[in-house]
Amino acid sequence: MSFLIDVNNKQINAQKGEMLLEVLKRNGIKVPTLCYIKDKFPSGACRMCVVENLKTGKLITACSSPVEEGMNVLTHSPRVVESRKTIVELLLSNHPDDCLYCVRNKNCELQSLSEELQVRERKIRGKKNGYYMDHSGASIVRDPDKCILCGRCVRICDEVMGVSAIDFINRGSKSIIGTTFNAGLNTSSCVNCGQCILVCPTGALSEKSHFVGVIDALNNPIKTVVVQYAPAISVSLAEEFNMPAGKDINGIMNAALRKIGFDKVFDTTFSADLTIMEEASELIYRIQNSGTLPMITSCCPGWIKFAEEFYPEFIPNLSSCKSPQQMLGAVIKSYWSEKSGIKPENIYSVSIMPCTAKKFEAQREEMTREGISDVDAVLTTRELGQLIRMYGVDMNQIEPETADSPHGFRSSAGKLFGASGGVMEAAIRTAYNMITGDELIQFQIPAIRGLNGRKEIKINVNGIELGIAVVNGLANARLLLEEIKNGKNDVHFIEVMACPGGCINGGGQHIGADENSIKARMLSLYDIDERETLKVSHKNPEIIALYKEFLEKPLGHLSHELLHTHYVKRDVLK
Amino acid sequence: MNTQVQEVFEKYPQASRDNLIPILQDIQEKEGFISQESIIEIGRFLNLATSKIFGVATFYNQFRFQPVGKYHVQVCRGTACHVLGSATVLEELEKTIKTKAGQTSKDGMFSIEVVACIGACGLAPVICVNGNFHAKVSKESIRKIIENYRNQQ
Ligand code: SF4
Ligand code: FES
Ligand code: FES
Repeated sequence: MSFLIDVNNKQINAQKGEMLLEVLKRNGIKVPTLCYIKDKFPSGACRMCVVENLKTGKLITACSSPVEEGMNVLTHSPRVVESRKTIVELLLSNHPDDCLYCVRNKNCELQSLSEELQVRERKIRGKKNGYYMDHSGASIVRDPDKCILCGRCVRICDEVMGVSAIDFINRGSKSIIGTTFNAGLNTSSCVNCGQCILVCPTGALSEKSHFVGVIDALNNPIKTVVVQYAPAISVSLAEEFNMPAGKDINGIMNAALRKIGFDKVFDTTFSADLTIMEEASELIYRIQNSGTLPMITSCCPGWIKFAEEFYPEFIPNLSSCKSPQQMLGAVIKSYWSEKSGIKPENIYSVSIMPCTAKKFEAQREEMTREGISDVDAVLTTRELGQLIRMYGVDMNQIEPETADSPHGFRSSAGKLFGASGGVMEAAIRTAYNMITGDELIQFQIPAIRGLNGRKEIKINVNGIELGIAVVNGLANARLLLEEIKNGKNDVHFIEVMACPGGCINGGGQHIGADENSIKARMLSLYDIDERETLKVSHKNPEIIALYKEFLEKPLGHLSHELLHTHYVKRDVLK
Repeated sequence: MNTQVQEVFEKYPQASRDNLIPILQDIQEKEGFISQESIIEIGRFLNLATSKIFGVATFYNQFRFQPVGKYHVQVCRGTACHVLGSATVLEELEKTIKTKAGQTSKDGMFSIEVVACIGACGLAPVICVNGNFHAKVSKESIRKIIENYRNQQ
């Protein structure tokens, strides 16, 4: 049912059941919000979104007030603006005020709000809190002094990720967001996905920077600094430079990385192809030798830690394949090191990831051989943006370049890894070939594409019916695993990505992206797959060469040593 | 599992989230405080994240997370006591035993609990140590009171 409501003395159309905030948005009226998260039940806690209800004379929160027939509101009356301003002034009263030194300088909601509301002086002086920062985690740094208690991180961690590592602790002016017993993030159940960073309005949550290590290495003449970037990066980086969301700037990024001084520019998508070779072989091996099924993908370190903590009984189901980042890391410090005559200890291996959990993954004990890590530093998409700006590279003035051989060539199947369902699609393409010797006629599998949290299909390969499930957002993984524990037995292969939508929406991505930007990144990956001709991992000539010259065959002896790993049950405060 | 915690759980055969606060109260009554282990056990029992349990428990002043000291000092922060300066008393007490309200001193000797009106407003500001009331305490007298208990050992 639709009806008219009065907003700022004009009539606009509203739909029964809608929240006022949505109606205002649709009509081009911007009301500031802090605690609001799109598509989630409104908590109405921050009161930043108040508007004046002329019928009752009260201020109501637009995010949690359903529209009513005959409603009459003012969204920017003096009273409304004044009360929003007071809220910001109160938030600022105990804020550290160190914007210049803050990671979120120029990209902070509190900063923007105080600018929009013309806060020009400190009217309310509160006691500063002086909390300790939590640097204990491998991926995420928490600075409670900058927290404005909007609660978005708490809700994402609970409702979307099903982890609940953090919650509101204490009461009143002593309230903080923290872990159980205020322990460090490193002993909490945090899986390092970084979704909390994406929703944090201020600098209270940020990634653990690997900037210094990278810059030192770049300045160290002894080190050969190589870089790899994940499939999702080329379609996400553009937003760091105000270019349209989803724009693929792979070539420009290659050029920029060389300008910064990286000696070799490799593509993690190459090793995504490698992952597919190993993982598809592993799946077939498990099916043919009555191994543990369903097999579950292992590319996502957020998911892996989640499984180790909450579902250790599923550890045998996890593919033993390392993630593409770690596979390439291992190949660089073995094969490439030999081939180029550079000792592993003189190679500094950097990866650019859409992901904060990759920082944790890179420092896992299992990802080190003889005291040398496969990957030395992990930068997020955001950190790469900073690095490019710091080195003064003008992204609008440089010519695209290609990545370096032998680990820079890729199929478009590997590129799909960046979006939920992509690992599965690429694996099916190759598994089909490995089983039948033929190629699929139709490569695209639309049923497992898109941003839905859970996608399931059955496919038929040579008379064998395989149940396929794809989930993203760990809360969805939890639901699926519970169903399996309760007897669901029609799935054989599962892809899990921690982040909603997959790595295109990873915790290391540009802050402030909306759903449309995420979609644009996804469509850009699909578009690459549509346009390019090398659509399967097993036909990547560099992959074929790597097996021929070095690895011999998937699941072979060297593969096991370099490309596969194992997992541990983790005892954390959960 | 700790048998005392086990006994508490047995009281709640159809337990749900709604029972969280009574369960916390029961455990505190039996054990004197809420330990990390108890929180983990409650989490398993109610299928609830420990962060949420800790969040709820810290919301209320009544729960403590360390065993009480040999001398448990309750400081009234009710209205009458407030008006007559209980804030200063508490501050001085925290300084004297180097322990914050809700916590227990390192040597396990003293613990502090802040309570709402104890019902002895005529004696305000009042504190209660192991059940013994001390009336009309001041910044000065609180130090002496603590000193006496310390010497008693
Ligand atoms: S989905 Fe991608 S970005 Fe998110 S935690 Fe997993 S690997 Fe990282
Ligand atoms: S955004 Fe509406 S109350 Fe916070
Ligand atoms: S206010 Fe302290 S005893 Fe009543």
